[in-house]
Amino acid sequence: MAEEVNYRELTFNGLWKNNPALVQLLGLCPLLAVTTNVVNALGLGAATLFVLLISNLAVSLIRSIVSDAIRLAVFVMIIAAAVTCVELLMQAFAYELYMILGIFLPLITTNCIILGRADGFARKHGLLPSAVDGVMMGAGMAAAMIVLGGLREAVGTGALFADMHLLFGESARAWRIVLVDGYQSFLLAILPPGAFIFTGLLIALKNLINDRLAARAVPATPSPVTDRRVRVTGQIS
Amino acid sequence: MAQQTLSSPHLRGALTTARVMQLVLLATVPGIIALTWHFGIGTLLNLAWACSFAVALEAAMLRLRKRPIGFYLSDCSALVTAVLLAVALPPAAPWWLIAVGMLAAIVFAKHLYGGMGYNPFNPAMVGYVVLLISFPVQMTAWVPPRESGALLGAMEAIQRSLALAPQAQIDAVTMATPLDLLRQNSALLIEDLWQQNPQFGQWGGAGWEWVNLAFLAGGLFLLQRRIFTWHAPVAMLAALGLMAALFYDGGSSASGGSPLFHWLSGATMLGAFFIVTDPVTSAVSTRGKLIYGAAIGVLVYLIRHWGNYPDAVAFAVLLLNFAAPFIDYYTQPRVYGHGATRPAEREKS
Repeated sequence: MAEEVNYRELTFNGLWKNNPALVQLLGLCPLLAVTTNVVNALGLGAATLFVLLISNLAVSLIRSIVSDAIRLAVFVMIIAAAVTCVELLMQAFAYELYMILGIFLPLITTNCIILGRADGFARKHGLLPSAVDGVMMGAGMAAAMIVLGGLREAVGTGALFADMHLLFGESARAWRIVLVDGYQSFLLAILPPGAFIFTGLLIALKNLINDRLAARAVPATPSPVTDRRVRVTGQIS
Repeated sequence: MAQQTLSSPHLRGALTTARVMQLVLLATVPGIIALTWHFGIGTLLNLAWACSFAVALEAAMLRLRKRPIGFYLSDCSALVTAVLLAVALPPAAPWWLIAVGMLAAIVFAKHLYGGMGYNPFNPAMVGYVVLLISFPVQMTAWVPPRESGALLGAMEAIQRSLALAPQAQIDAVTMATPLDLLRQNSALLIEDLWQQNPQFGQWGGAGWEWVNLAFLAGGLFLLQRRIFTWHAPVAMLAALGLMAALFYDGGSSASGGSPLFHWLSGATMLGAFFIVTDPVTSAVSTRGKLIYGAAIGVLVYLIRHWGNYPDAVAFAVLLLNFAAPFIDYYTQPRVYGHGATRPAEREKS
């Protein structure tokens, strides 16, 4: 299929403009639940990225032979298979992290981003664009999770990169950086309310940067809003 | 259709927001005096910190939101929030604790929701709960009352307020509050418990009973000036008393304490007359106020008796803040001349 795909735009979409976590507000459950520190966020972010890549590739491969009527069921099967692989891999190589992430690893199956990209993008595009889209969307999600995890860890405990040995082996144990000595840990940032507050602040920050960028750029002709979805914080392209 | 403006000599109330807030501030004075007398000057230090943080944060937020700073600062609502939070905190709390509390109250609970009059939750209580779940150690470190003979000295209080006192010293001069003692002891007669611990006084906690009576006096003053109606506070106190009476077995510390003990312990009176009556976050109809107050009273008892936290007023109030719009929806007064149908049913028909 000869299709014109702008890879730069795919990248920009996934990482910033259409960021799954901060704009589409998809996958909020893992985003809010596991981002208590950087290592958890990194672990789940990487797992999500991997699943997104595999599912986008597989869906793109079979896109011409699966009929529309049963496509969702097939996609979910593919995603579930990929998630099972990730789960087994983590169990083998990062068992402690696997135990910490617990139910949120299998729950990647139900993460809307993955089904959304499979149905919204990979179903209509070739192998390479689908792979790029999967990686970029996954990277956008992972980046949002890591930033959120870092913020919550820094405010909550006054340190960063604790327990990195769970993911990178014993030598990473020393990566922990104490930002403030004798910091009185601020539990709220680590508890669930902190997740909501910091996600809100991140979205506000993103909108602020967008506004600044828009103000600096030449005012473009306003395009009509075509998407009428309610649960978005930016404009979905 | 243009409505003609009526020009009859309407009665105009002299009450502006600023006037109401000033009266509320005035009404907290007896409570502040009682707290200072019984727990040392720590309360005054709390007040000083809280008021300065509140004014600074309020001005900063108003500036960020491009609102008139002088107009909103002079309505004193930030000061009321500051005072209510300051008297709820343990006396001589470290300054950073108060700063975090005021940040949560003014920035998050008030201005991020749209500022004065738009906040669904009581800002002072949000600040208190944020602190309570984040810093349980500091928040439960109540200084001993005057009656126990270990009143915190002025120098010590200033040291603690500036966060300079070593932790060991802080632990040495704090005591469990009467509510805590009663919850943790379940195998004593109330009389024995009373005798073993200097924190208990005549009816409630030593010192606490006078603090609560002082806040009651302040509340009655506000009631007399018609700042609020009697419904919500009376409903809350009645429900709390009823719950306490139902679960009180007359003498062992396994049960929850007498109604009088609950009325005169912790933040009961402060809550009943200064928090529950908040016009922004509570229910507005008369029946709604009764339901709102009573539910808070019941929850206060439930959380005090079966919960894990030192006091329950803040949690109960926040939970009912959630429910206030819902309560209002179902307790809309009947419009004169119309049937008794609820708005939802009217829309259907």
